[in-house]
Parts: sequence; structure tokens; C-alpha cells
Amino acid sequence: MWSYALKRAGATAVTLWAASVIIFAFIHVIPGDPIYVLLGDTATPDQIDRLRHELGLDQPIVVQYLQWAGHALTGDLGRSIFFQAPVASVIADGAETSILLATMTMVWVVLIGVPIGTIAAVRHGTWLDQGLSGAAMFFASVPTFWVGLYLILIFAATLGWLPSSGYPSIFEGGLGNLRYLLLPSLTLAAPNAALILRLTRASMLDVAREDYVRTARAKGIRPWQVVRRHILRNALLTVVSAFGFTFAALMSEAVVTETVFALPGIGRLVVQSILRRDYPVIQGIILVIVVIYLIINLLVDLAYRLLDPRVELQ
Amino acid sequence: MMLSVRDLTVSIGPETAPIDIVSGVSFDIGKGEILGLVGESGCGKSMTSLAVMGLLPQPGPRIRGGRIDLVGADVTQLQPWQRVEAGHGRIAMIFQEPMTSLNPVRRIGDQIAEAVRVHDGVSGAAAQARAHELLDLVRIPDAALQLAAYPHQLSGGQRQRIMIAIALACRPQVLIADEPTTALDVTIQIQILGLLRDLCNRLDMSILFITHDMGVIAQLADRVAVMYGGRIVETADVGALFNEPRHHYTRGLMDCMPARNLGARRLPTIAGQAPRPGAIRTGCVFAPRCAAVQDLCLVAAPPRIVLSEGHEALCAFPLQGERPS
Repeated sequence: MWSYALKRAGATAVTLWAASVIIFAFIHVIPGDPIYVLLGDTATPDQIDRLRHELGLDQPIVVQYLQWAGHALTGDLGRSIFFQAPVASVIADGAETSILLATMTMVWVVLIGVPIGTIAAVRHGTWLDQGLSGAAMFFASVPTFWVGLYLILIFAATLGWLPSSGYPSIFEGGLGNLRYLLLPSLTLAAPNAALILRLTRASMLDVAREDYVRTARAKGIRPWQVVRRHILRNALLTVVSAFGFTFAALMSEAVVTETVFALPGIGRLVVQSILRRDYPVIQGIILVIVVIYLIINLLVDLAYRLLDPRVELQ
Repeated sequence: MMLSVRDLTVSIGPETAPIDIVSGVSFDIGKGEILGLVGESGCGKSMTSLAVMGLLPQPGPRIRGGRIDLVGADVTQLQPWQRVEAGHGRIAMIFQEPMTSLNPVRRIGDQIAEAVRVHDGVSGAAAQARAHELLDLVRIPDAALQLAAYPHQLSGGQRQRIMIAIALACRPQVLIADEPTTALDVTIQIQILGLLRDLCNRLDMSILFITHDMGVIAQLADRVAVMYGGRIVETADVGALFNEPRHHYTRGLMDCMPARNLGARRLPTIAGQAPRPGAIRTGCVFAPRCAAVQDLCLVAAPPRIVLSEGHEALCAFPLQGERPS
């Protein structure tokens, strides 16, 4: 187990390095010179040279990369051009909202997707299965903003049960403020839970045809135990590996959701930074997202190992 | 009788136009007896065994008629767990594919203990102890070590022994073995057959042994039922069947055995191929391939003729007790 974990962690580090090279190169091929963005049209050649030297932009590109990567390793992601503040603290301001939103969303995805997918599979072919699968198809198909707007219309505007926008920090207003994230997280969870539901159902139906399920039935154990002990666990192998790319989908959908619900999160920050041409912030956010994504995938790999004893040999 | 099957009919397709894949199958197995059920692929022998075990895949084939009695109790429409609840669960089954018949993500010990829990009503350490005992019984060395192993760490022959151990955990009076050695190497095959024979004697267990291999039948079975096109076409003691096959299909199978054709350049075959289920609705199912076919065979269902005590054939013109060459 530990050697496996170490190997996976090593592979993750290599991937992170490759990603950092791509992000750095990406910023450098974007047309335009940050010096002109900073100084404007009226700068003298003297000023330009001085600033270029101060920012280290006259150095060879390899040296620039090593400096940037070295600073990033110590947590220094540079300074935001718009906020005139360290990128790390700009991102940290949005992180609370985004982390809580992502966590709540994943909780919904697991709590809705897996049990309902299981029920649909156990009752497959019945009206219950058709209804659940149909609903899942619907939620996987409609755009995120549409679900968000309807949830606002029903639960915020009409019933008035929940707030429709914004998010005051739980560190100031207490855990009760999580209610601000209820509608956004449900919005974000809808398409992903629907996918997990369909995946759980399909995977369970596949596993149900396996020879070892027949063996389990032959032992005389009750049908529900056959589902729980033999079908579900094997079916979850497929589902767990899907959590990795569910998270990737979450990142892009979070941009829309945070905009619809006016949440001060990283998704909205990235959109605003692109509009402001705040390159250090964009670069920093991409790097942070890559890191989170890699960690999630590492955890998925380790969970997979715990669920499937065959992995170690491969 | 330990197991008694009467006029078992298993069908697929719509309720209004069912297609019989097993039709009117009857046989009995006595205490400690091994009945070999032999036939080509697709003749209905696996469906028969799954129906007897209560394991027909759902949705799919269903028992449309007949009756299955296990030690005097009607278990026809019961699944294994319902049989256990009703107290008639002392039947178990091993399958053709030992490589896929064990759950890949659970330890061997747990998979055996699970069956022990259901049938002995004990759990925890007692169930593990019983699992250990069962591994000894199926002659797996280092039982304590193997209990903690996962299926992928074992060979095909060992996995089939584990399957037998799981089956024995059900304390079966009847064991159904559906081609349990087909997927194994020849040397392992012989070991498994020896083990089954031995367990049958020691535990006084009856076995329904399904195979397409006449050689295996000759080694193992006490009695034989030959199946063709969803029907049992001949039933006899193993000696009588090999010495005096009375059905033309049985005779054909014998003639195809490599052991009877040593030195021949080509093995004989039975011309034509097995009919698809439902393809033949009148007359004898074997008529299109039968060398001795008469006009009557094409129009009238063949009678079941009792040739001697325990020897029956489903044929209007059975062979007259000639020894195969």
C-alpha cells in the first residue's frame, strides 16, 4: 500500500511539473508585452528597460521559469496587476467560498447519485427505474444556469426559504451561512449527480451479470445482501474513478454557478481576471486548480487501491 | 430420492408463444449417486441445471411446467435464499468458469464464511474456523494463508477447489457440477474429478454432473442421461450405456470418442448440427441428423421406451443392443 501510494505521488509530482511548464509557456505566447500593459504608450525606452530589468523579464526564459517555479513552491505566486496585492492572498479570499461550494456539491453528488442509482438498478425495467433514469437524463442535459435560475425562482423568489445570492463568510456569520450555498451547490450537483446516478445504475447492471454474483445467489444469501456485498462494491470501482473527472467538470460549471448566484469564489474571480487581463492571477488560479485536480486524482487512485486488491499487481 | 425432476419445461420468449429450451425433462438421483448429464453445447443441459438450482437468470428463461423435488420437498419455483428460509437449502452448485466465479474484491475466507453463516447460522471466528476446515476438506494446502488471499492470487484449479469448498459450506445433499473441469488443464481436471468422487463417497452426497465429455462420464458417473435438443433421449447405468447404447444419438456420440478411434486418420462426426430451440416442432428432434430415420420419425413424437430396468430411450426404432465398435 505505501509503496503504491509513493509511486502514485511521484507520478503526480511529475505531472505537476509538466503542467507548470505548460502554464508558464502559455502565458508567454499570449500576444502583448506586460511592460506596455503596466506603463502604457507614453513610456520612454529608458523606463521600459529599467522595469524589464526590475521584473526580471530580460533574463533568459529558462531562468525566468525557474524563478517563477521556485517562488510558486514557496507559495509566492507573484502580484496581481489589478488588486496590487499578492496573488496568493487574492486567491485565498475566494477559496473559502469555492472550497465549501465544491465540498457541499460532492456530498450531494454522492448522496444523490449512488443510492438512487442503486435503487434504479435494483428495480431496473420498472416504472420507478424509468422515472429516475428519465429525471437523471433531464438534469444531465439542461444547462447549469437554467437549473440555477429555476431554483432561485422557486426557493428564493417565490417561497422565500433561501437566499438567492451572495455569501457572507461562515467565520463571521456562523455555520448558518451555509444556507447561502444550498441552492448553488444543488445547482452544481444536478448534472454531476445525474451522471453518477446513471453510471452507478449501468455499472451495477453490468456487474449483476457476472458469474460471481450467480455464485453469491447460489449460496442462498438474501437478494439485498447480494446487492450490497457483491454487486455494489464492484460497481463502485467504475463510479469512484468517475469522481476524478466529475471534479474537472465542477471547475468549469462553478464559473457559471458563481456568476448566477453572485458568489465571491474562485470561479467568478477567474472570469473577472480574464476581463481585466490580470495575468498573474489567471496563471496562479490555473496552477491552484491543477494542484487540486491532481490531489483529487491521487486520492481516487488510492481509494481504488483500497476497493480493488488486484491493482497492486498491475 | 434425493433429487427428483419431473417433466421440467423451461421456456424463453413471450408468454403467448413460448419457445421451449428444455422440454419434459425427468430424472432421479439417489443417495450418494452420481448422475452424468451429457450433451452438446446448446442442448439445454446448463439451463436444466440452473433451473434445478433455482438460478435461472432474470429476466429470461422461466420454468413453464414440471416439478423439482429436493429430498421430498417441492422447490420448483424457489430461489436459493427462499429454499434456505423454507429449510430446503441443502443443494449447491459449482460452475464451469472458476476464473470468474469468485468475487475479485473479497477475500477467499469471507466468501466461504458467507455461505457458512447462511447454512450453519454461525459467524465470526466460528465461521472462519469452518472455512478453514472446508479448505482442508478440498485439499488446499496452507489453508490459514489462503483464507486471507484474494481470488487473483490463486490458479484456476485452486479456485475450483475454493468453489467446491463454498458449495460444501451449504452442507449439500445434492451437488450440481456444471462442466467444472472444462476450463482446466487435463492434469488438474483429473485431480478435481478425483476430489469430487472422493467427497461424494465421504459425505454421502449425490452429484448431478453436467458435461459434454463422454470420457469424463465414463470415469465418474454411476448413471447417465443423454440430452439432445432440450430433451433427455436416453437414460441408463453407465456400463449399459457404453456397452449397449440404444438411441442413435448416443451411439453417434460413442463413435466420435477419440479413444475408440485410435489410429484413425479422421474422427467420425454426426452429420448436420444441433437444432435451434423451437426449430423442430413435429416428430423427433434428432430425426434430421439420424442415420436410421424413418418416415414416422418426422411426423410423430417418439415414444419413451423402457428397454430394461433403468434403461430408457426416446426413440421409435431403438438400436437392438449392438456393441459399438
